[in-house]
Order: sequence, then C-alpha cells, then structure tokens
Amino acid sequence: MATTQVVRSEWTKIRSVASTVWTLSLVVVVTVALGMLISALSKNEFDSMSAQDRAQFDPTFISFAGMSLGQLAMIVFGVLVVSNEYSTGMIRTSLAAVPKRGSFLFSKISVATALALLVGLVTSFAAFFLGQAMLGEHRAEIGDPGVLRAVIGGGLYMALIAMFSMGVAAMLRSPMLSLGILMPFFFLISNILGNVDATKKVGRFLPDQAGSKIMQVVTPIDDDTPYGPWGGLGIMGLWVLAALVGGYVLLKKRDA
Amino acid sequence: MIELEGLTKRYGEKVAVNNLSFTVRPGIVTGFLGPNGAGKSTTMRMILGLDHPTAGSVRIDGKHYHQLKEPLTYIGALLEAKAWHGGRTAYNHLLCLAQSNGIARSRVREVLETVGLTAVARKKTKGFSMGMGQRLGIAAALLGDPRILMFDEPVNGLDPEGIHWIRTLMKSLAAQGRTVFVSSHLMSEMALTAEHLVVIGQGRLLADTSMADFIARNSRSYVRVRSPQRERMLDVLHQAGIVAVESGDGVLEVDGGKAELVGELAARHGLTLHELSPQQASLEEAFMQLTAESVEYHAHSETSPPPPQQQWGDGWKRG
Repeated sequence: MATTQVVRSEWTKIRSVASTVWTLSLVVVVTVALGMLISALSKNEFDSMSAQDRAQFDPTFISFAGMSLGQLAMIVFGVLVVSNEYSTGMIRTSLAAVPKRGSFLFSKISVATALALLVGLVTSFAAFFLGQAMLGEHRAEIGDPGVLRAVIGGGLYMALIAMFSMGVAAMLRSPMLSLGILMPFFFLISNILGNVDATKKVGRFLPDQAGSKIMQVVTPIDDDTPYGPWGGLGIMGLWVLAALVGGYVLLKKRDA
Repeated sequence: MIELEGLTKRYGEKVAVNNLSFTVRPGIVTGFLGPNGAGKSTTMRMILGLDHPTAGSVRIDGKHYHQLKEPLTYIGALLEAKAWHGGRTAYNHLLCLAQSNGIARSRVREVLETVGLTAVARKKTKGFSMGMGQRLGIAAALLGDPRILMFDEPVNGLDPEGIHWIRTLMKSLAAQGRTVFVSSHLMSEMALTAEHLVVIGQGRLLADTSMADFIARNSRSYVRVRSPQRERMLDVLHQAGIVAVESGDGVLEVDGGKAELVGELAARHGLTLHELSPQQASLEEAFMQLTAESVEYHAHSETSPPPPQQQWGDGWKRG
C-alpha cells in the first residue's frame, strides 16, 4: 500500500468534515482579533509604563497575545481529527482499509499537521502585521533582528500544539477526555506552573511554556531561562515526539 | 477463502472465542450462526485484523490480513455497528476508502448505484435511516470488487424489500464464484441464503456442515397419530415394527415420515383415526437445540418446549 494513497485518503477525510473548517477559522479569528485588541491596549498603556517595562517592551510578542486563546481552537482541531475516528466508529472501517496502523496514524498526522502549519503561519503573519498596525509608533518591523524568526516560530508553535493534541488523543481515544485534559492544562495549569515562583523551574519545561519562547524577541531583563528560542521549540518538540510515540504504541497494541 | 486455525480470544477470564478452526470456501454462501454474544462479531473483527487474537491465526487467501497490499480489493466487510463519521457525505465516506486502496473514483458512483444510494450520495450520513446505513456499509464492502465478502448481520434494520435485495445480492455474489460469509442469529434467515453452515455457541465450534446435512441431522420429522383406539393402534404399530412414543393427551408420535404407512395399517385393521399429520421440527428449533447443548444450566425434557432464547442466553452469560 502506497503511503501517497493513504495520505490522499486522509486529506479527503479531513476536508470533508465541518469541524476542520470551524476549528481552524476560530484559530485565525481568535488569535488575530485578541492580538489586535491587546496590542491596541498596550499602545495606550505605553506612556504610563515604568522605564524598565518600556525597556523590555516586546511589540512582536504582544501581537501574539491572542495565541493563548487561539491555541485552544488548535487543540480542538487536533483532538477531533484523531478522536472522531473513535467516537464515530470510523476507526474500524479505517483500519480495515489500512491495516498498517503506523501508516494510518502518521498519514493522518502528517496531513493534519501540514494544514495546521499552513493555518498557523497565516495566523502568525496576520497577527503580527495587524498587531503592529495597532501598536502605532511602538511597532516592530518584520526586518528587525529576531522578528521574522518569531513570526515563523508562531506558525511552528501552532503546528506543534496540534501534533501534541493528536498524540494525546491517539492515546486517550475519547474526544471529551482529551479536551477535558488538554484545554484546562494549556489555558490554566501550565500558565500557573510557569509563572508561580515555586514551580517556575519545572513549569517552564512544559510544552507551551518552552515552545512560546520562539515568539519572544526582547528577552525580559531578569530572565534566567536556561534555553533560547530554538532550544525551547526543541523541548516542545520532544513533548510532541513523546505524545506521538505513546499514541502509536497504544494504537498498535489495542483492539480497534 | 478464509481459514481460521485455533482462533482464540480471551478478555481476562472470559473466553469470547475458543479455539475456532474452520474454512470458508468460495462459490457458496456460508452462514455463520450463533446466538447473540456467541462470539460471531469478535471472530469477524479478528478476521479483519481489528482485534488481536490471543492465540491462533486467520488467513485470507493464505495471507494474514495486514499482509494484504490493498485489503479492500481482497475482502470487503460490513461490520455490525455504524462505522463511519456522520458529518461526512456518503460519497466522501466511500471516496476516502477508495483512495486509501487505490480504487478508481468512478467505482464509488458504481457502488452507490448498486445499493441504491445515488440520490442521497451528497447528504451527510447522520441523517440516514438504519436501512440506508446498512446499504452504505454494503457499498463500502463492495467498493474494491473483492473476491471475499463478509457481512455481519446484514438484514438488521432493512425493510422487507431491502432484505429480499440483500439475499439476492449474496446469492449472486456467491454464484460469481466469490466467498460469501454471513453472520446471523436467525436460523430461518440462514436457511434461505446459506448453503453451508458454521454454528458457534459460547465461542466454540458446534457445527461445520452443509445446510442440507444440518437439516437432515438436526430436524426431527415425525407423524402425529390420534386414535380413540389407542391401545390397539399401538399394538398394530408394534407388530409392524414401527416405534411409537406416547406424548400425552392420547397422541402418538411416530418417528420418520411414515404417514402413508400408518394410515394404511389403520385402515387394514379397521381403526379410526382422528389425526394423522406429518410434523417437521423447525430449523429454528434444531438450531436452538444445538446451541442449547452448549448451555451449562439448561434442563431439557421431552415434553417441555425449547426455552425462549432470552433465558438460556442469560444462563450462559452468567456462567
């Protein structure tokens, strides 16, 4: 069985369900709109900021503020792509058609990741340019050092979030269980762990905390993060790898 | 051809399928019969490589399922439950299956036409009735024009016209030389379509036989005789070497289809008959008798009718 056949089949699957369109539309709209709003607010606040805050003002990172919410829609996308197979019973038909389970899972993940990356990049560039427009005279330019890396990194971050969600969903199978764990984790728990002093040292190795470093251009003054932007993305990549391996091993072992 | 060899599936302590070995041959419809929960669906899932056997193996034309290059072109299956995404259209559901196995797009339209779903091909399948769902499942099975077809309870949810259609379809597929393997919990359904029978109960093989043999061996035919001169009638039969059993209410049962002989004997001896009727135990009864023997707590006596399915089903489920 040629991999290209399975990839084509997975593309048909993904483009023929409504959830793909609404989750990915939400990613773009929420991320960009929230980013624009926060950028506009930051511009107005700039004059009342302390000198230190002004020194570490990161217009690029601010325009990505919507990602914290927009990534939740990306998680829903990733979870549904995989867990829909289980919740609908389609998995039995799918595995009867493609008995090589690795081929099935990784074709699905490749197609969904490619789409997530495309949408992630569009989102990231739109959030950057529209956010900068809101920031007025405090804005960053795409040609400034580190900015292009941050903007492309934003797209990569979104794709990795989708992949991580797919891996977790492949392990858990149930869409409700997967979302019930991933949504509060990325929206609340990870942020708390990454910002509270007592847990910061561990919290910053969590996938989203580490991965979002790629979107930072100006390093905060007293920052002691032991990894750089690409290092952080690498740590996130290791989480993704672990989730995918876990998903694959369980899929291989379990009865469908 | 499907070959099962010592196929076993255990879920913890419970044995769902117990050392099953049989072969499903091409050119005929093979019925796979057993009461609900006998292990039919589990066996079929193992044939498709969906469930991993605890022991034993299944071969499709000599190969394991996962070794088949484009499996839908070897074996097509209709699974018991709904196995598709309700938000996808019937056309797209079949298209993604076709693409994964390198089957031409035109074939999707063909099978939709065959099962009569062309008019609703662009509709989302969640609006489908149970009968339409069965037709979609059958379309998916036919998609790769496979030499082997497997249907799990195909008449479920179909209307009379649909039932007639699927019976005819299965027979014509077998007549084309294909292997057709159909499960059912209804003997009467199998009697109409299957030429060969594999019967299981509690996951164990109970019979692997031709339908004709099964009928001959398992269905008892006898003659009911009622006469006011019962004692004389018994004597006359006894003298003629015919064994008759009293079954209460003055009814005599004579084994074998000897109605003419009994009538002639009665006439010759001037005996009055109030009833002389050939009887045939139904296939359903034969099937229930066969599977009932695999039931631990089942008490059976000559006069009591076979217990209803629910009772003995519960009996072995608890056991």
